[in-house]
Amino acid sequence: MGSLFRSEEMALCQLFLQSEAAYACVSELGELGLVQFRDLNPDVNAFQRKFVNEVRRCDEMERKLRYLEKEIRKDGIPMLDTGESPEAPQPREMIDLEATFEKLENELREVNQNAEALKRNFLELTELKHILRKTQVFFDEAEFGLPPQMADPSSQDEQVTLLGEEGLRAGGQTLKLGFVAGVILRERIPAFERMLWRACRGNVFLRQAEIETPLEDPTTSDQVHKSVFIIFFQGDQLKSRVKKICEGFRATLYPCPEAPSDRREMAMGVMTRIEDLNTVLGQTQDHRHRVLAAAAKNITNWFIKVRKIKAIYHTLNLFNLDVTQKCLIAECWVPSLDLETIQLALRRGTERSGSSVPPILNRMETFENPPTYNRTNKFTSGFQHLVNAYGVASYREANPAPYTIITFPFLFAVMFGDLGHGALMACFGGYLVLKEKPLAAKKIQSDVWTIFFGGRYIILLMGLFSMYTGLIYNDVFSKSLNIFGSNWQNNYDESTLMANKDLQLDPNSTAYLKYPYPFGLDPIWQVAENKIIFLNSYKMKISIIFGVFHMLFGVLLSLWNHTYFRDRMSILCEFIPQIIFMCFLFLYMVLLMFTKWVGYSADSLDVKSGPYCAPSILITFINMVLFKSSKNPSVCDDWMFAGQGALQKLLVIIALLCVPIMLLAKPIMIMRAQKQHQPLTNAGHTNTAAENGDAGYQNEEMMQQTQTQAPHQEEDITEIFIHQGIHTIEYVLGSVSHTASYLRLWALSLAHAQLSEVLWNMVLRNGLTINDWVGGIVLWAIFAFWAMLTVSILVLMEGLSAFLHTLRLHWVEFQSKFYHGQGYGFAPFAFEAILDQASTSPED
Amino acid sequence: MGASIFPIFFFTVVWGGVGIFLPRMVPNGPNQRLMQVVLMITGAVCWLFWLCCYMAQMNPLIGPRLSNRTLLLIAQQWGNPLERF
Repeated sequence: MGSLFRSEEMALCQLFLQSEAAYACVSELGELGLVQFRDLNPDVNAFQRKFVNEVRRCDEMERKLRYLEKEIRKDGIPMLDTGESPEAPQPREMIDLEATFEKLENELREVNQNAEALKRNFLELTELKHILRKTQVFFDEAEFGLPPQMADPSSQDEQVTLLGEEGLRAGGQTLKLGFVAGVILRERIPAFERMLWRACRGNVFLRQAEIETPLEDPTTSDQVHKSVFIIFFQGDQLKSRVKKICEGFRATLYPCPEAPSDRREMAMGVMTRIEDLNTVLGQTQDHRHRVLAAAAKNITNWFIKVRKIKAIYHTLNLFNLDVTQKCLIAECWVPSLDLETIQLALRRGTERSGSSVPPILNRMETFENPPTYNRTNKFTSGFQHLVNAYGVASYREANPAPYTIITFPFLFAVMFGDLGHGALMACFGGYLVLKEKPLAAKKIQSDVWTIFFGGRYIILLMGLFSMYTGLIYNDVFSKSLNIFGSNWQNNYDESTLMANKDLQLDPNSTAYLKYPYPFGLDPIWQVAENKIIFLNSYKMKISIIFGVFHMLFGVLLSLWNHTYFRDRMSILCEFIPQIIFMCFLFLYMVLLMFTKWVGYSADSLDVKSGPYCAPSILITFINMVLFKSSKNPSVCDDWMFAGQGALQKLLVIIALLCVPIMLLAKPIMIMRAQKQHQPLTNAGHTNTAAENGDAGYQNEEMMQQTQTQAPHQEEDITEIFIHQGIHTIEYVLGSVSHTASYLRLWALSLAHAQLSEVLWNMVLRNGLTINDWVGGIVLWAIFAFWAMLTVSILVLMEGLSAFLHTLRLHWVEFQSKFYHGQGYGFAPFAFEAILDQASTSPED
Repeated sequence: MGASIFPIFFFTVVWGGVGIFLPRMVPNGPNQRLMQVVLMITGAVCWLFWLCCYMAQMNPLIGPRLSNRTLLLIAQQWGNPLERF
């Protein structure tokens, strides 16, 4: 039955592939995604496997592609992603791909190296340009600082040395002042100055000026700020010292000519060279851009191809090589329904590879536990994930997921019940569902987004059901809708109203219009002050009602499991006592609730069925189990209906009798069945021994064997008893505690309603009480605040909380009645899954 | 019993239609059984929820307690004007 109700039937198959055809066949199977291969070489090291070289080549190719991708991303070129998946190329095409990637990588590296060299050159020239400009300033200042008589008025030219004529006049000794000019990072200037001062004992003179524009560092491509400096010193010792210090501080020194005319010539030369370099740099960048743009068109395709090749070789490594070295053997789990499809895929693969020998798919009988495979579509996969998160179903047991599709959103809605909040949730879910294709294509990497987007159908259904329960609870953002007209009305006259601050409407009067509000809660309750008293009684009862029905449904599913696995003993010894226990106690309580709703009324003529005598269901139930007689006031009946006392005693006794049946019946029957088998095997063994003619020796062997078997079986028996004991206790105690656990439906619904009311009364109402246009503006601001709190607290936080509680109700209260969950999931070899994983993981 | 026959009949027919009648009209396909189960559970559960709410209000044992302001308001707005003393 290829459906969601039970996991699929799986077959263990052996696959014989010819070596030439193996690659193409595995490629076809990868596209199909229906086969889970087993590792036939588990104790072989990864480096000793057959196809390790090919995997290594694929890794190399992937590395080159990643380098290309990084460069493309650095330049900001968009990578074309058509969303289609090319097929894995043939092995011979792998060499072509490798060559292409090698060429691209080498070209790119060369271009990058050239660009770096050029940039370095450019940087040097730029720094030199700045130096020449700044030192001009230094020398100009020096000129103006000279005493006027020193200046030769005729020679208005630039042939002025720094110290003027003074330097030349001082006693024949020419004061030869040397200088060095260079560029240093701006941050290092203070330390540099200090070092110079200390090392040269203050005998050097430093002038510096900042370079306004930041320069680009060729290796890191960062923008750095630098300054020009010029150091004057005298003598060779100081010169060497200064040069060493400059080296230490990584300042680059440039040869700067003394004479201004030389400097101007140099400056012009530098400008032309800079312009040339700019053009060359521009052309290099263009070339690089062209190469990258051409690569960007194909790079996603290449990535997919390389990943597919790698996946195929990894899978081929799992295979066993036949003795004749011509054929590969594989073992795989395959869904039985898909055997035909797989055969077709294999045939396609062999045709593509041009091999003549067809592959053989051989079904094997095995006692191993097959994996659990549930075929889901985009709608059901969310719910299946919810179930699998607790435990993957055992092979071929009933799958709770199809029922979860409705019960989960419904139980959530019982706790969330608000038309307004439900509408918000439904709109959000609806938006995600309607726009699912474009949103999925965006491939947003956030974890939170993945969770919300993956559960979009769940959110949509939760929203819709919440709208329904919101209508029934008559709660829209903590206000009620009055669609049909309330069935309660005021029957007090004016004087009574004026005299009393609050009054209670009597249901046994004209205040109540005899028939209830047709759909949902009467809107009068929202404005009533004793609303919670009424709602408590109502919501607690519906929580228990739905809880008991949910659990009974779980027990019925266990019956379906027993029938499927032909486990008649379990039906008799487990299912029947379980259902009797649950029905006689808890379904009876539910029926009492319905009886109370129908039987007791405020306007009954008899006080015995009036509000005064209406019994508490809880007390009745407790008294029933404790065999106590209920103490009612004298005017009232002791029981709700005739024969209730006797009936209750009977129900409890039968239910209690079910407990030892659950505890002992099945293990005793198993024990008896085993004892019946044992003497048979003993007799069988001794008979064969006598037939074989060997007397004592083999007999002893057989006796030893059966003796070792017997304690083994005894252990099994104790284990069976213990297991059954645990199971019984879990069920019996669980049925009480789980029934009470369903009261969380009431608790959360109450909390949600109260929070909603608080938010309205404390926040939004303040905006509605101010008059005039001022009130309009105030309302606008307060509404924003109220809306933000509603969405964040009531929809998100309460939604998450109710989601969690519903999940717990399903996992523990519902599934413990029938679910084993001991299986393991089916993990087929599928390119889609591998590519998805590869594209999401490295992005972090 | 303070129940009015029309709402009971109406909602039972509606949810009965969803849970019993619609599943027969689900087209054949791989998801036919699933759709049927979904519709049946929806019908049953929604009908039961409505029924519980209806039955809880059928024979009320207590009435709402309202402030005199609210009583005056509902008398005026809900078409049951007050008798002057």
